[in-house]
Amino acid sequence: MSQGQTGAEQRLVTPGMAVGPSTGKRAGSGIIATEDTFIATQLGWLRELNNTVSIDPINAAYMPRSGDLVVGIVAEVRNNLWFMNINGSFQGLLPMSLAPWKVEFGAARQHMDVGDVVLARVQEVDECHNVVLTMKGVGLRRLNQGTVESIPVQHIDRVRGANNERLQRLRDATDCRIMVGENGRVWIDGSADGVSLARHALHAVSKEAHSKDMDEILNEIENKKKGDA
Amino acid sequence: MGGYGDVQLLRDDGTRLDGRKVDEMRPVTIEAGVLPAADGSAMITHGLNVAVAAVYGPMEAHPRKIQRQDRAVIDVRYNMAPFSTSDRIRPGFNRRSREISKVTADALESVVLVERYPRSKIRVEIEILAAEAGTRCVGITAAAVALADAGIPMRDMIVGVASGKVEDTVVLDLDKAEDNYGQADLPVGILPNTGEIAFLQMDGDLSPDEYNLAMEYNFKAAKEIHEIMVDALQRRYQGGEA
Repeated sequence: MSQGQTGAEQRLVTPGMAVGPSTGKRAGSGIIATEDTFIATQLGWLRELNNTVSIDPINAAYMPRSGDLVVGIVAEVRNNLWFMNINGSFQGLLPMSLAPWKVEFGAARQHMDVGDVVLARVQEVDECHNVVLTMKGVGLRRLNQGTVESIPVQHIDRVRGANNERLQRLRDATDCRIMVGENGRVWIDGSADGVSLARHALHAVSKEAHSKDMDEILNEIENKKKGDA
Repeated sequence: MGGYGDVQLLRDDGTRLDGRKVDEMRPVTIEAGVLPAADGSAMITHGLNVAVAAVYGPMEAHPRKIQRQDRAVIDVRYNMAPFSTSDRIRPGFNRRSREISKVTADALESVVLVERYPRSKIRVEIEILAAEAGTRCVGITAAAVALADAGIPMRDMIVGVASGKVEDTVVLDLDKAEDNYGQADLPVGILPNTGEIAFLQMDGDLSPDEYNLAMEYNFKAAKEIHEIMVDALQRRYQGGEA
């Protein structure tokens, strides 16, 4: 995931661009190796870490992986399962056996209906992109209050920061409960002012991430909060 | 396309009606990320041609019968706006737009890493806002930039470019008069980094020597357009990030 241009100067590469010799190095995500050269396959920042050359894409679709925490929206209800929109190419499937309640066959709608928002985890993904979700786990639940915002998937790490440091700053600055799903959906719950500030910060990250640092945005919010107090 | 009539397409000094040399292309400008609702987009002006391309996806392929279990399908819709030419074009799909959509999809499928997205669809919309010959090439170039802007993995960015023959002379990048009254047209899709050809069509006749010269012009122009494509993407994103 993107950390933007931090530390040493990074190179913006475009698909098809030769990014250096492949000898003695490994091809990471966004890179294909020809006989002796690495070729970029995506638009993004070139990164070399632990002898692996990869690309932090500037735009990317959410590709679910097993274990991902996601904020899903119920898209369809059947007798014994729910289909969830998880902001990916395909809907995720939540069978009643993996719901946190004891669900009778045919009574799925009584627990969750179309439009309900849940915090779930990706149980498994097969090679054909079939996604199975689970709500069995600590903290996984239906989200009955709050609001959901979307941010580009590649900016999630930027919002979280190292060890969730930035996310915690955002929580403290806005006095909100905030959960960041790996699928680019952010759940925010708190006072109207707090939610508004958090949304402003997330919008700023989405729009200005290429030119403005998240810390700068957080400083603005923190200063505004101090000024108001 | 026939080369008949009394239209003079080359001046006595060897230049063309718009003042270009035979191996000179029309001015090209490209802007990436012009449509906020699309996952990736681009706008290109190539001479008097203006085209916008938008990319959506990858998304679940619908209807299900078009799904491929091992790869994504690319769904291209090429359309000329009714106001894109001096005569109003009847809106909607027609034989020509269907053909261009198909060849464009085939060309893009050869560069996009479709095997990364099984059962998916990548939707590419190409809208020609103003047409002055060579719109299929312009559309392909715009689509390549839009795909890169959308973060779709590709082996290379395909460049659409055309050469042709007017008054028994091979010329690069035909304009409207040359396209209408010239003797041949050779649009190709070139992968500039590898020199591969992703699509090639030929309308009219070219001798082997003329064909080789036309391809030489095409490769030269493809390099120039590719630089403009890369520049458009870098201008959009290289904003001095902290």
